[in-house]
Amino acid sequence: MILFRDVSKKYDSLTALAPTDLEIESGKTTALIGSSGCGKSTVLRLIVGLIEPTTGTIEIDGHSVTPAAILDIRRRIGYVIQDGGLFPHLTAEENAGLMWRYLKRPRTEMRLRLEELCDLTRFPVGGLARYPAELSGGQRQRVSLMRALMLDPQVLLLDEPLGALDPLVRAGLQTDLKTIFQQLGKTVVLVTHDMAEAGYLADAIVLMREGRIIQKGTLGDLRDRPADAFVSEFISAQRSLVAI
Amino acid sequence: MKLKITAAVFLLLLVSFIYSACGRRPSIIVASKRFTESYVLGEIAKRMLENQGLNVEHRQGMGGGGIVWTALQTGQITLYPEYTGTVREEILKLKGDAGPDRMRAELAKEGVGMTGELGFDNTYALVMRREQADRLGVRKISDLRGHPDLIVRPSPEFLQRQDGWEPLSRRYDLAMRDVRGVDHALGYTALANGKIDVMDAYSTDAQIAEFDLVVLEDDLKFFPQYKAVFLYRLDIPPEALKALNLLVGTISEEKMIRLNAEAERTKDYTKAAALYFEESPKTAGKSDESLAWNIARWTFRHLELVSISMLLAIAAGLPLGIRASRPGFAGQLILGAAGVIQTIPSIALLTMLIAVPFLGIGTATAIVALFLYSLLPIVRNTAAGLQDIPGSLRESAEVLGLEPRARLIKIYLPMASRAILAGIKTSTIINVGTATLAAFIGGGGLGEPIVSGLALNDTSTVLKGAIPSAVLALLVQFAFNGLDRLLIPKGLRLTESK
Ligand SMILES: Nc1ncnc2c1ncn2[C@@H]1O[C@H](COP(=O)(O)OP(=O)(O)OP(=O)(O)O)[C@@H](O)[C@H]1O
Ligand SMILES: [Mg+2]
Repeated sequence: MILFRDVSKKYDSLTALAPTDLEIESGKTTALIGSSGCGKSTVLRLIVGLIEPTTGTIEIDGHSVTPAAILDIRRRIGYVIQDGGLFPHLTAEENAGLMWRYLKRPRTEMRLRLEELCDLTRFPVGGLARYPAELSGGQRQRVSLMRALMLDPQVLLLDEPLGALDPLVRAGLQTDLKTIFQQLGKTVVLVTHDMAEAGYLADAIVLMREGRIIQKGTLGDLRDRPADAFVSEFISAQRSLVAI
Repeated sequence: MKLKITAAVFLLLLVSFIYSACGRRPSIIVASKRFTESYVLGEIAKRMLENQGLNVEHRQGMGGGGIVWTALQTGQITLYPEYTGTVREEILKLKGDAGPDRMRAELAKEGVGMTGELGFDNTYALVMRREQADRLGVRKISDLRGHPDLIVRPSPEFLQRQDGWEPLSRRYDLAMRDVRGVDHALGYTALANGKIDVMDAYSTDAQIAEFDLVVLEDDLKFFPQYKAVFLYRLDIPPEALKALNLLVGTISEEKMIRLNAEAERTKDYTKAAALYFEESPKTAGKSDESLAWNIARWTFRHLELVSISMLLAIAAGLPLGIRASRPGFAGQLILGAAGVIQTIPSIALLTMLIAVPFLGIGTATAIVALFLYSLLPIVRNTAAGLQDIPGSLRESAEVLGLEPRARLIKIYLPMASRAILAGIKTSTIINVGTATLAAFIGGGGLGEPIVSGLALNDTSTVLKGAIPSAVLALLVQFAFNGLDRLLIPKGLRLTESK
């Protein structure tokens, strides 16, 4: 469980996140959704300690996120960003196995783990020797996912992982992600702009606006019992859902 | 692994450098300044001392007067030929009437002695082409008053001296309109070709006869006497001083002009020195060595200077560049300082460095100067390469849970490798060119023939250094193109070609 207690983040006069209490359930998928600049990435960055909260404390499964503990915490979190964040000078295998090697885990087991993850993310084993520049956008996201899952983390954070992909590839990956989430049963936090994607992949949806959480619930909750006019507006703006 | 190899190579070079610097140090070091007569006198002194069984090295053609004097003062050289006028006006800054006894007393305070006069007076003089002087009716320096449009090109040293151009033109009330400094050896060619009209000269210069020049009469007796002497350290071995004193009173003006002319004619001052001893020039060591061997020796020395200074520059430049890539004042300071060093003229930097006791004249100073000049491109490119890494990739590296050091070594530096290598390449190519300046302070290398060729006004000797150093720069360029393939990760080259 990830717990935000009175957490806020300010950049000078700009409030990226107003004081917030939030509980993200273990083993479930939670989607963060909202307009651009509403503070979704800020929430993820706070969890992995890329930025420090201005006020409040964050706990992951009972451990507080502090500078001293941050390296250990990061190694138990997988993180995927929009363009994958793969290092261009390393092959797919070297990207995915970077931490494995760095922590000096056994090489033979690394190969097995990679093959297992290729299977899970439906990435061809033959592509492991390629460099990011030699992979398609969808393949890059699969490798990025492999890298995030390599050390079998308890928590998986995804910041618009499908944002840069075309609709067909995107739909394919959505299906694969859903299977992976169900199979692994990890705590997943997913940032997306797309209400349909959130509804399809997530157990709980957190709708944000201007650094505040407006409503948390299932897609049904948000659609049938909107907390305010903004929630209905946000849902009706997604045309495909209006047609349902 | 790569790190270990680099460290091993570095160590090897350092050891060989220290070995060559400390190994068989000669007990006596004769120095000379950068003009023919000084070379010849230095070589004569060297042979005179060697004839007494002493171990002598001749550091030829060191930069302007200040450098050699500082070297003598700090004990890095043992003796060098000088002129009484220079000692009085420039070194001791005494009034014009101070006699030899007064000068000796002042010099002794610096631990320096002065021999008796060698026998000739090489005073400064202004010279013109005979044909032009006759046409304009200029015989005396005061006649120049009527011709303010003549092009005057004194040597830079003469421009600065207390008994040089400024006081002279005040004394004679001259108002020449076009006055700028030009290298002494180049000046003669320009004068002979009619590109310039008036320059300073030494009264024993062989070119005066060779180019049919006239010496303008010093009608107001402005120039002090410039009797040739040797300055030596008072702690010189007694037998060396005895040998040196054998030279006193043995060189008349005619003889010196003859020796200078011999040096100019043969382009070899060792032959001129041999003429003094009236021996066959055959025994004059250096001229026996074949051209190929000489070029190989210069090139090897050049490479030694370049590689040691580059290794040091890389070792210091990378960490500085890494530091400079981070935001904040310290980074700005590092880049600013490296930039300022780059703007210091090389001769000024060398003069400053040889005053540092630990460095002195020769290899060490040359390497430090080259090291300083090589820093900027490395520091700047390292900083820029690191700053260019996209924020999202930095975040990815951080979020993986890599320690800061591992992030730098495994992610950031490889990603910046192209920029860093480009910086090292630029540095090395500049370094190969700049290393020719080492010869000014006796550091050797391909600058040696360039410097002595310039002093002898001998283009072919200059080319013996200039061509190999240009070829070397090209080879460095090629070598780095190969190194690019070796050191820049393949994944990056793929990205770049897209
Ligand atoms: N380093 C920073 N300095 C100043 N302001 C920042 C910084 N990082 C983010 N912000 C601001 O904080 C606010 C929230 O940013 P955040 O990245 O969390 O938005 P987001 O919801 O992820 O938006 P998007 O959907 O466009 O990614 C924005 O207004 C942004 O401009
Ligand atoms: Mg964002």
